[in-house]
Amino acid sequence: MKKVVEGSHAVSEAVRLARADVISAYPITPQTHIVELLSEYCSDGTLNAKFLRVESEHSAMAALIGAASAGVRTFTATSSQGLALMHELLHWAAGARLPIVMAEVNRALAPGWNIWTEQTDSLAQRDTGWIQLYCEDAQEALDTTLQAFRLAETVYLPVMVVLDAFFLSHTYEPVDIPEQEEADRFLPPFKPAFQLDTQNPSAFNQLAPPNVYMEMRRSLQDAMESALDVLDTIEDDYEKLFGRRYGAVEAVQCDDADIILVTSGTVTSTSRLVLRQLREKGEKVGLLKMKAFRPFPFEALRKHTAHAKKLAVIDRNFSFGAGGIFAQEIRSALCNLARRPLVFGYVAGLGGRDVTTDVIEDIYWRTKTSAHPEGESIWIGLHQPAPAA
Amino acid sequence: MELDVLDRDYMCSGHVGCPGCGAAIAMRFLLKALGEKTMMVIPACCWSIIAGPHPQSTLKVPVLHTAFETGGAVASGIRAALDAKGDTETTVVTWAGDGGTFDIGFQALSGAVERNEDFIYVCYDNEAYMNTGVQRSSSTPYGAWTTTTPGQEWKRLRKKNIVEALVAHRIPYAATASIAFPEDLVRKVKKAKGIKGSRFLHIYASCPTGWRIPSEMAIKIARMAVQTNIFPLYEVENGVRYTINYMPKGYLVREYFKLQGRFKHLTDNDLEQIQEMVNEDWELLLRKAGVSMSAAGTVA
Repeated sequence: MKKVVEGSHAVSEAVRLARADVISAYPITPQTHIVELLSEYCSDGTLNAKFLRVESEHSAMAALIGAASAGVRTFTATSSQGLALMHELLHWAAGARLPIVMAEVNRALAPGWNIWTEQTDSLAQRDTGWIQLYCEDAQEALDTTLQAFRLAETVYLPVMVVLDAFFLSHTYEPVDIPEQEEADRFLPPFKPAFQLDTQNPSAFNQLAPPNVYMEMRRSLQDAMESALDVLDTIEDDYEKLFGRRYGAVEAVQCDDADIILVTSGTVTSTSRLVLRQLREKGEKVGLLKMKAFRPFPFEALRKHTAHAKKLAVIDRNFSFGAGGIFAQEIRSALCNLARRPLVFGYVAGLGGRDVTTDVIEDIYWRTKTSAHPEGESIWIGLHQPAPAA
Repeated sequence: MELDVLDRDYMCSGHVGCPGCGAAIAMRFLLKALGEKTMMVIPACCWSIIAGPHPQSTLKVPVLHTAFETGGAVASGIRAALDAKGDTETTVVTWAGDGGTFDIGFQALSGAVERNEDFIYVCYDNEAYMNTGVQRSSSTPYGAWTTTTPGQEWKRLRKKNIVEALVAHRIPYAATASIAFPEDLVRKVKKAKGIKGSRFLHIYASCPTGWRIPSEMAIKIARMAVQTNIFPLYEVENGVRYTINYMPKGYLVREYFKLQGRFKHLTDNDLEQIQEMVNEDWELLLRKAGVSMSAAGTVA
């Protein structure tokens, strides 16, 4: 049934449909609406889950590590400082191979205080072993969250469903919300492969000396490497039931494009409009939406960019001393190819600054008219310094 | 000595604790009293090592090893999962050292007991970060040498009163216990097991390695800590009802201090000062328990 709902609530609806058993959360803008609605659902009996109102994000993740180790379906949501505070336990959840699902609403990190969208918070967690899926709109946020549980419970890795602050989290859109019985058909109850059990007492996460640790890490990587194929299969099932699929990447008119805009999150929607306008003017431009960041979709990226001359990567994030994070990863994915496009890295929209159609069009023309990138990353829309008094 | 506990042990021999480790003794009694329907959360502490490396475990109950500061929160999550599965029989226990309890884990512990989570939190207290090589914690007592309070920089601050901090949360049950008083320890564990909500046990666990004492002195030192009122045995129900379980025999604290290498730098003056502090704390406890000083035979 289609309903007009807020992006945050699209996530909450998916968690309700997934019949999560334990939810643990700590408030932080702009995530809070997700868990507020879940809290209501738990309180009025719509969702039969235990809701833990913990005293920090660190404890929210710790509590889910406990709950998932005891073999139940778990969910939390956070943003920015909250995610940064969880950092240690993100490693823990992945290393312990726990299928925790978390919605992460991208928000810039302080100082100065900034509640608006930026991806640096989630991208800074790229080495923690979490699957990261970036969403473009509310429908995708709902669908991805529901799929995330099945993905996590198949490969035994935690999944982060990532959405932009406000542009997605607080925007109302029509969303097709599946019926419970359809959702149940897609997502069966969680049957854990291992759990804390007094009948079969085992020790988890114990001392792992050099003779065993490396194999544990490798098995985590094997699970990561399998995740894209698993996601593909899950999307097959999802498409059969609900008629929608997204892919680890989505290529729009990339086949004959000289220049491909590479985006993630809500910048993608705006770029779709720019793409249409430029195509109408006869420009040979394509759009590649990166949904999966971990695992990184090497093959799909190489396939769709093989014939392009230039990539214009738009990063709403930054790694100080290096550059935009998607651009870095894309460069490294292409560097060993004999024939590869030039990668232009653009940094735009930090701290929630608008990335408008004008901004994206400017990026396109700069890319087209430059023989080579001006630098490792090109900052777009910086205000001129104020004149000295 | 007749103990009202099963012959069955839930801790195997072959653990990797130091000789005379009080924390190993404490664990053995704890599990005897709790039995097999127990799930154990162990944040970083000596017991992260004592329990043994993968793929062995010295404990015959399920153990979830966790990050240092997460004891209260991880146990909350396990309890929630068991509740979701309809398992009301299993007892969830967090087993943490003083660093994981008094210091880095205090926030998660306070949060968990404020929510009155249904679990038992046990702090085995060896009065410093022993696993990393004897660094001071907020549980390290006044007067102690540690590797981070060396030489003349010995700790000149009081030990945090963790039981009173927990009592302030008005939890259903908080108690101290000692490896030198196993009947009392086992009784308290069993009592805690029978209570719903947050329960806190503070167990004195001597550390021969860190305290610079011979391993065969572990129990004697623990007994003296109680007999000198340095570590009184008492329990508090619902944050208000105090019961003192052991009345002292009039031993002076100097007897306890002079046996331990960690206190060897202390002068007579220092020891007198410490005696006054211990007396003051004991009198405060007596007032809370509603026991008169004469009845308690306080040391002059």
